[in-house]
Amino acid sequence: MKTIVYQKSKGLTDAQLSYCPGCTHGIVHKLVSEALVELDVLDKAVGIASVGCSVLSYNFFNCDMVQAAHGRACAVATGIKRARPEAIVFSYQGDGDLASIGIAETIHAANRGENLTVIFINNAIYGMTGGQMAPTTLLGQKTTTSPLGRDSKLHGLPIRIAEIFSEIPRAVFVERVSVHNPRAVRNAKKAILKAFRNQIEARGFSLVEVLSTCPVNWGMTPVEALRWVEQEMMAYYPVKTFRDGDADEKA
Amino acid sequence: MKKILMKGNEAIARAAILGGLDAFFGYPITPQNEIPEYLSKHLPKMGKVFVQAESETAAINMVYGAAAAGARTMTTSSSPGIALMQEGISYLCGSELPCVLVNVMRGGPGLGGIQPSQADYYQITRGGGNGDYRVLSFAPENLQETVDLMKEAFDIADFYRNPVMIAVDGLIGQMMETVDLHREKPKRELPDKDWAACGSGKKRLVNSLYLDPAELERHNFRLFEKYRMMEENEQRYELVKMEEAEFAIVAYGTMARIARSALELLEEAGVKTGLIKPISLWPFPKKAFSELPASLKGLLVAELSLGQMLDDVKIANEGRLPIAFFGRTGGMLPEPEEIAEAVLKMKAEASQ
Repeated sequence: MKTIVYQKSKGLTDAQLSYCPGCTHGIVHKLVSEALVELDVLDKAVGIASVGCSVLSYNFFNCDMVQAAHGRACAVATGIKRARPEAIVFSYQGDGDLASIGIAETIHAANRGENLTVIFINNAIYGMTGGQMAPTTLLGQKTTTSPLGRDSKLHGLPIRIAEIFSEIPRAVFVERVSVHNPRAVRNAKKAILKAFRNQIEARGFSLVEVLSTCPVNWGMTPVEALRWVEQEMMAYYPVKTFRDGDADEKA
Repeated sequence: MKKILMKGNEAIARAAILGGLDAFFGYPITPQNEIPEYLSKHLPKMGKVFVQAESETAAINMVYGAAAAGARTMTTSSSPGIALMQEGISYLCGSELPCVLVNVMRGGPGLGGIQPSQADYYQITRGGGNGDYRVLSFAPENLQETVDLMKEAFDIADFYRNPVMIAVDGLIGQMMETVDLHREKPKRELPDKDWAACGSGKKRLVNSLYLDPAELERHNFRLFEKYRMMEENEQRYELVKMEEAEFAIVAYGTMARIARSALELLEEAGVKTGLIKPISLWPFPKKAFSELPASLKGLLVAELSLGQMLDDVKIANEGRLPIAFFGRTGGMLPEPEEIAEAVLKMKAEASQ
């Protein structure tokens, strides 16, 4: 008799992922889908696919999916959740989508305490459009629109999303994680589970920022990219829990 | 049923509730604020959703989400706010989501002013969003018509899986008239929302992305088959005093109200004049122009803009009759005499 020790999550379809070799979107997809299955909410889930490489996630997550306009995922999620409070609603957004064009929608959804789960992929670059500078691009990092490297005098400093959301009392859970090695992946899974459990328990807005790779647009091998996350990104974007508690209603 | 006296914006809000509104999302802007104010008071008591969004951009995307989840949903705004919603309207059409939009028009361009205007006709009928799409739009002239259309709008939206816009202006929004809120609406067989992404457990997808151009073309052809059905079935208009008319004024909404008074002045002056009142802006009621009396010598298009519907009248007229134009803009309303004079001028030129 064969014992199954590992299999693809039921939360993912059989569609072949469209992501580049070495991109960590696949790992995060796996963690999100496993969380939905383990918490037994896959059949109640509605995911928001946002503009960026992960827009095609609607082909990969094995649940209801809604594709949103660029940056508007948290507004769309608000509409769905308010109309169908029994649904488990999550957005999956990149740094161009959430930290640039959609920062207003995301901050206000958090501030209203919308009972949502937001998975934020920070890979310090615009991936789908071919490697342009993101609000999260590190200082000195070369991109196709910052060919001399990001310069704080011209472009400002990389924006720290988890830190910003930690200042919003009704964002009940804010954590930054990484997926650059198996241990980090296990911790990321715990944070993602918690972000969904909070929604099931109607505790409010949860955001998990995941430091992610983009080897193709970074001009690195997959292994170099993982090393760059650990050495460069984690130095500027500390991996930690920023907030974990009930909404401060008094605030 | 008995009639009650209501302010335009409040009547719109009440009629939306009677039309089955489940979830409202909006952002404050003059001259439509009484709509969200009324709904913020009444919807939560009924266990329904009211959210004041952080922007019109967010509001239309909340509507997109609620519509995607299968709710009857609406947003209301005024011209510059509707401008901000154009991206979302394109997405709603592309993803075939039903919703109701209300535009209480004010003067433009830019921040413009807050007085009544019809200068958004292009925005409403041509749209400011990207791609091949159409929005059903209706422009009532008085509060009874507004209330009746509001109630029906949710059914029309669900029937076609398409946004429906009710276009009024600041005058209709702010004035008071008596209305019967409970007039029966036309019955439609509405399809089940078996496409709604509401946590169905059935892997439903609401989407407007088609990376394969052949597939996107097929999607557009299918949408246009639907738009063709709308053009066939949803053209609405009213013809007033058109029998043996020598001239006809073409006007909608507030301008049609003023034109009715002009008709009386022209009758006194012995000039037989009728009114062609489009009620649907898109589809434009071309049918009205194929059944005009042989006595007609010309059309006067009158708008609270410098000539936007004028284009559609020219298309519908197919070069048959001379067309003149009268317009006021920026929030200025004409006296009936001004419109009557424009008709008399047309008559004088015709007899030269």
